[in-house]
Amino acid sequence: MSKSEPRVGLFVTCLVDLFRPSVGFAAVKLLEAAGCRVEVPAQQTCCGQPAYNSGDRADTRAIALQVIEAFKGFDYVVAPSGSCAAMLKKHYPTLFETQPGLLARAEDLSSRTYELVSFLTDVMQLSNVEATFPQTVTYHDSCSGLRELGVRDQPRKLLSSINDLSLEELSDADICCGFGGTFCVKYPDISNTMVSSKTGNIEATGATTLLAGDLGCLMNMAGKLQRNGSGIQVRHVAEVLAGMTDEPAIGGSITPDHDVRDGGN
Amino acid sequence: MTSAREQILGAVKQSLKRNGPNATNLETCEQRLSDPEAGLIPERSRLPHPAQIDLMEAMLIELSATVQRVSSDNQVPDAVVDYLKTRNLPQEIRLAPSMDLLDLPWDGHSLLKTSSGPAREPDQVSVTGAFAGVAETGTLMLHSGPEGPTTLNFLPENHIVVLRTSQVVGAYEEGWARLRKVFGNGVMPRTVNMISGPSRTGDIEQKIELGAHGPRRLHVIVIEDGDSAA
Amino acid sequence: MQSTSHNFKDNARRAIADPNIQAAMAKMKVGFTGKRLAAAARLPEFEALRDAARDIKNHSLANLDFYLERYEDKVKETGGHVHWAPTAEDARKAILDICRRVDAKTVTKGKSMISEEIALNDHLEQAGIKVVETDLGEYIIQLRKEPPSHIIAPAVHVSKEQVEADFRAQHQHLPAGRSLSEPTDLVNEARQILRQRYLDADVGITGANFLIAETGTSIIVTNEGNGDLTQSLPRVHIVIASIEKVVPNLEDASTILRVLARSATGQEFSAYTTLSTGPRRPEDPDGPEEYHVILLDNGRSSMLGSEFQDMLRCIRCGACMNHCPVYHAVGGHSYGWVYPGPMGSVLTPNLIGVEEAGHLPNASTFCGRCESVCPVRIPLPKMMRHWREREFERHLTPKSVRGGLGIWAFLARRPALYQRLTGLGIGVLGILGRRRGRFKSLPFAGGWTKYRDLPAPQGKTFQQLWAKQQKTRSTTK
Repeated sequence: MSKSEPRVGLFVTCLVDLFRPSVGFAAVKLLEAAGCRVEVPAQQTCCGQPAYNSGDRADTRAIALQVIEAFKGFDYVVAPSGSCAAMLKKHYPTLFETQPGLLARAEDLSSRTYELVSFLTDVMQLSNVEATFPQTVTYHDSCSGLRELGVRDQPRKLLSSINDLSLEELSDADICCGFGGTFCVKYPDISNTMVSSKTGNIEATGATTLLAGDLGCLMNMAGKLQRNGSGIQVRHVAEVLAGMTDEPAIGGSITPDHDVRDGGN
Repeated sequence: MTSAREQILGAVKQSLKRNGPNATNLETCEQRLSDPEAGLIPERSRLPHPAQIDLMEAMLIELSATVQRVSSDNQVPDAVVDYLKTRNLPQEIRLAPSMDLLDLPWDGHSLLKTSSGPAREPDQVSVTGAFAGVAETGTLMLHSGPEGPTTLNFLPENHIVVLRTSQVVGAYEEGWARLRKVFGNGVMPRTVNMISGPSRTGDIEQKIELGAHGPRRLHVIVIEDGDSAA
Repeated sequence: MQSTSHNFKDNARRAIADPNIQAAMAKMKVGFTGKRLAAAARLPEFEALRDAARDIKNHSLANLDFYLERYEDKVKETGGHVHWAPTAEDARKAILDICRRVDAKTVTKGKSMISEEIALNDHLEQAGIKVVETDLGEYIIQLRKEPPSHIIAPAVHVSKEQVEADFRAQHQHLPAGRSLSEPTDLVNEARQILRQRYLDADVGITGANFLIAETGTSIIVTNEGNGDLTQSLPRVHIVIASIEKVVPNLEDASTILRVLARSATGQEFSAYTTLSTGPRRPEDPDGPEEYHVILLDNGRSSMLGSEFQDMLRCIRCGACMNHCPVYHAVGGHSYGWVYPGPMGSVLTPNLIGVEEAGHLPNASTFCGRCESVCPVRIPLPKMMRHWREREFERHLTPKSVRGGLGIWAFLARRPALYQRLTGLGIGVLGILGRRRGRFKSLPFAGGWTKYRDLPAPQGKTFQQLWAKQQKTRSTTK
């Protein structure tokens, strides 16, 4: 193992950990292929956003300190989520503004933290991936990644290198899908209006697969598409970039003939 | 009992945790009032004067105003009458009581009725001068005073503005500089109107309609008199 | 006005079911956003001007005491009057006193959100004064007896068919057979009706976009010209403005004006930017004989120096609501008070209390689109989060949320326990959902499954699988 291989700590994110570990393995594969040594600290649970966005600053700080401790020493910390990466990168330092010692540690973590796809392109200088995906896909820009981290062109650039894939741009791709963490259960009617508008745009593209970089948004959009009876498959962009699309799509069935609208795989 | 004034200012000072600006800060604030400095001025209007005039005209047209250039003051009455004719407007105008306008050769048009003073209902056409034209956005600057009743800019359905090329500047800040030259620092006429096109509204289903309350039409007659400031 | 902010959820539900509102919102979300984008793209300095505008407002707020005093001096110097109003009630009283002194029968008004904030119209009408809103949008909602649903387009929720019906009902002296089906007809009719009102009015009331300390000037920005007829025809001009509107000089106002219209309507500049200083001068042929400025605090001084100070930079362009997907879903009335959208979600709890308006800062996905378009770069999501923190500290967060959050946070802070329990839970869910791949309903997930399926987990956690893989890797090495 070469010394120049950057040591990357994978911040799995709670949703990937619980709902879709295959995204985590896709991230590991991409990072290793790009020349990183990947480790997954066991002392991680969640980035703390549920507490942070509910106004519970004390628990957020406790969780943040736990993450800072768990990821010390890595050259980089990478998350397959713009939202969680932005939490570590943009919000952790604001939690410790009045405590210089802790602030320095939060800023140190912040400086090493990246969202997966932008890390691959911007830090590891990756410009193409070895994968084939013979589908028309469309891409939703999740809010935090887009507006807090500037993730927009990076996934499109890597997707354009995939064999047989064609990208159909989504109108209003930059508008929130209505997930918003606890928002979607606290204000279900509003969230539903938002995701309905989103799925309408998705269906209008004619794409067969929807991709995005955040599992929360993906589960929201997948759940709505499926409730509407749409056959559009929904995947995390990392799965496609890593060529790991054998698992059923999000919310998809393992028995394709069980429900034809799942579209099989 | 403290006055309402002291109550508010006291609360502001308390929130700012201070009793007025400190010495350095005070100097900065004072200077900002006595000697205002222009901020960032867009490059768009940093042009040679003839190009500023072209920009002024282009921006006015974009704003749904109409523009006619004439080469001397004496051509203004002809231009006004032509305008009235082509728009099927009555040959009757309300002039701003400025010598520059009153002295023009209106009597060459025997059918044209002129009067001057503040606007009255139902005056249909007003003719006023301008103080400046700001090329940056095609904005006309007019101010109130003995020669400039403000109502002329709003009450009639048609507003004709006579603008001299020497009055055209690039940016708003140049307009303020000229205004300070005339009135003095920190002094303003009662009203300064910055007018960018005819009156409009988008309040019904966001469809833009002209002539909401103010003039439905704005026509600018540009006298080409060179570029030196008055 | 009476707040219904505490009913936000019900208000929103009704708005979502209202086809008129939904049609209006569908139209506005493309209209305003596209125009702003085009205007911004056309001005290379736009982003730098946003920074400059932010800095000017920050400087003004940091020295608000100084600039307010200097502004007052200048107004007095030019023959105007300043009335300081700590509360809405003080402002209403000051205005009514002026109206009574000059024996006003009719008052015309330009659009002013401060007037809505202090519920001025009702107060004047109760005193027997006829109040006429002259901004077309405000006129329409005044006829409909509704509050505005947007800060720059108060009637954006009303369809032209609804306006036609309102005009027919209200303007009964006009021929019944007249055509009113197009916006042009409606605009013309309003023009004709309001013309006489301007001429009849004894007092004209406008708001202010800026107050200039250098000169004692108030500035209004409009497109219709109604604000100008309102202030130049009656004998008395009253300006109502909140204290944070003051900026140092004309150059500062110019910088902010360069981002205001572009952010609001996508115009390069609004049709009329009007600077008013004092009453008419002895030699002026027209203009008001009296000029009064009501300076309203109403809670703003206590926002200074707090985590909400940045909100006082707001120049009321409406870009945040024009770009807000929540506003697009529920419209402005759902917010229940004067200021809707993201700026309202931060400002309203400051002005009427978080107990009443607590929903507003919670009803956001923190998508950040508002902050990304704010011409003075107000960190709106951050301040909504501050409200959530205050609610949490004061135990105003709903018990169910607090309880769930408590259990989750307890586990999230104990990784080993968390992983054991989640591993078990996910295992069960995975088995239940594996065949179909998703759940149509699930106990405790009703908020989610009411409208969408819940994708089933793959059955094992990443941590379980990773640990297993690492074991294999290390034994095969």
